[in-house]
Amino acid sequence: MSTFDAQSAPPPRPRAWSGVERALAAVGLSGKALVIAAPAIWLAIFFLVPLAVVFGISLTMKQFGRPPYTPLLTNEDGTVQLTLHLNNYLRLFSDSLYVAAYLSSIKIALISTIITLLIGYPMAYAIARAPDRWRNILLMLVILPFWTSFLLRVYALSGFMRGNGVINQFLGLFGIPPLVMMQTDFAVYVGIVYTYLPFMILPLYTNLVKLDGALLEASADLGARPVRTFLSITLPLSRPGIIAGCMLVFIPAIGEFVIPSLLGGPSTLMIGRVLWDEFFANTNWPRAAAVAIAMLIVVVVPIMLLQRAQDAVQDKERGN
Amino acid sequence: MRRGWFLPITATLGFAFLYAPIISLVVFSFNESDLVTVWSGFSTKWYGKVLADPQILGAAWLSAQIAFCAASIALVLGTLCAVALVRFRKFRGRTLLAGTVSAPLVMPDVITGLSLLLLFVAMEATIGWPSGRGLLTIIIAHSTFCMAYVVVVVQSRLRDLDMSLEEAAMDLGATPVRVFFDITLPIIAPALISGWLLAFTLSLDDLVIASFVSGPGSSTLPMVIFSKVKLGVSPDVNALATIIIGFVALGVLLATIVQLRAHPKRAKA
Repeated sequence: MSTFDAQSAPPPRPRAWSGVERALAAVGLSGKALVIAAPAIWLAIFFLVPLAVVFGISLTMKQFGRPPYTPLLTNEDGTVQLTLHLNNYLRLFSDSLYVAAYLSSIKIALISTIITLLIGYPMAYAIARAPDRWRNILLMLVILPFWTSFLLRVYALSGFMRGNGVINQFLGLFGIPPLVMMQTDFAVYVGIVYTYLPFMILPLYTNLVKLDGALLEASADLGARPVRTFLSITLPLSRPGIIAGCMLVFIPAIGEFVIPSLLGGPSTLMIGRVLWDEFFANTNWPRAAAVAIAMLIVVVVPIMLLQRAQDAVQDKERGN
Repeated sequence: MRRGWFLPITATLGFAFLYAPIISLVVFSFNESDLVTVWSGFSTKWYGKVLADPQILGAAWLSAQIAFCAASIALVLGTLCAVALVRFRKFRGRTLLAGTVSAPLVMPDVITGLSLLLLFVAMEATIGWPSGRGLLTIIIAHSTFCMAYVVVVVQSRLRDLDMSLEEAAMDLGATPVRVFFDITLPIIAPALISGWLLAFTLSLDDLVIASFVSGPGSSTLPMVIFSKVKLGVSPDVNALATIIIGFVALGVLLATIVQLRAHPKRAKA
């Protein structure tokens, strides 16, 4: 009955809508609030509050006992006292170990991000330009390692690069003496590029596959050589993909722990490993917390860049 | 269109780089020799050793329980969050929610692990919950970061979804709740399945966060593997790795088939 009315009389639809909306408001509003509140409360308790707790504990001192840090608030004769220690932060700047670890983490993450981009870009481009029947298979070949255990892939790589591993056995066939690859910074670079390559390829692919082929043809018709077309059309248009891919590699690589501890040597300094040792080996929780806060400051700008790149893509899609 | 040799060659080398170490690991898991890289004959004895190792089996069972619970919690919360972000265009705190839910995607694991551990310790000291750390605390930690991945998967499906179906149902007088369960949910079901599977494998894979928030006696599978690997490459780890990789490959294959069946057009586009 109501369907028939709606079909025969389309003009009053807006008014009918507002009526429906008002009727639903009583029921719908509470439902809507619940939909937002459930994930929001969970994230507040288990993501935002923990970061605040880390900051609080970074301002305490190590002590023996449970928990192994001095309390922030003490209650003496009814007066609540707040005690803040800045020693942990001062140590971060004065102790050359921390400064060196930060700088070396940034350097390692930066160089491996560039290498990953240089390998990932042509791969993403090749997949995006591949014939239809190949594209899904190639894409699955990229996604498969992404799903495969990170730890196991690092382990597989370590078996591959060992002193008597596959690479050195292969080189041995040609009489080349074995290379020392494991427990070096080189192995850490290879490890990061190897494990994070899918994170670079996927956003680049998503971007490049939408590239309008007509633009490239127009450029070629106007006499531009392929290199020129690439530099002046493809590359600028794929900027959001490049930013997203680079940030997805750079940010986690900064705090990487598994790769330097399995592939790197004792001299490979990375801040994630320093934090781990501070916590597990030295049980200095306040110092580990200060290291974490300082690391957060390093990654917060790249995280915001990533967010902006993703928002730009979404706005564009919504606009279309 | 002209095609150079550069792209196919780089792509081939790139895929070789991605797969050669894994293939060599799988091949050497069938090696008879104790020496990991010297081939001495086909054998499945390392598989027998893995399947008879109570420490590995116990850790695998624990990891499976954690992954199942964490993926399910993450699926519910992540779907709600995706619906809120895609369907409710404007509400207070939208930007904050969007930022907070995607931050765990890139947050270094050591920070997530440390911050959650410090939270659990502080909560135990003030309200007495959670008492001690173990299964429950790992499930909470994993749900939080897996949720971010579920949101990404479900969000992209919801955005592609034709709004007119939902609007039509609304016009016919269905309540938003009914529209969600009768229209939206069946359509996004493939995304929900792949979101759950992704969350499950990510939880199964996590070493760093679990190391921080686990307690004595609750070592997950990655924690056991890591402590074995720290001691050096051993053939039984190769066998264990091959089993896990086989499971994951099967899962990805099934998930891809589900997706392709559900949206044949989308896969071609």
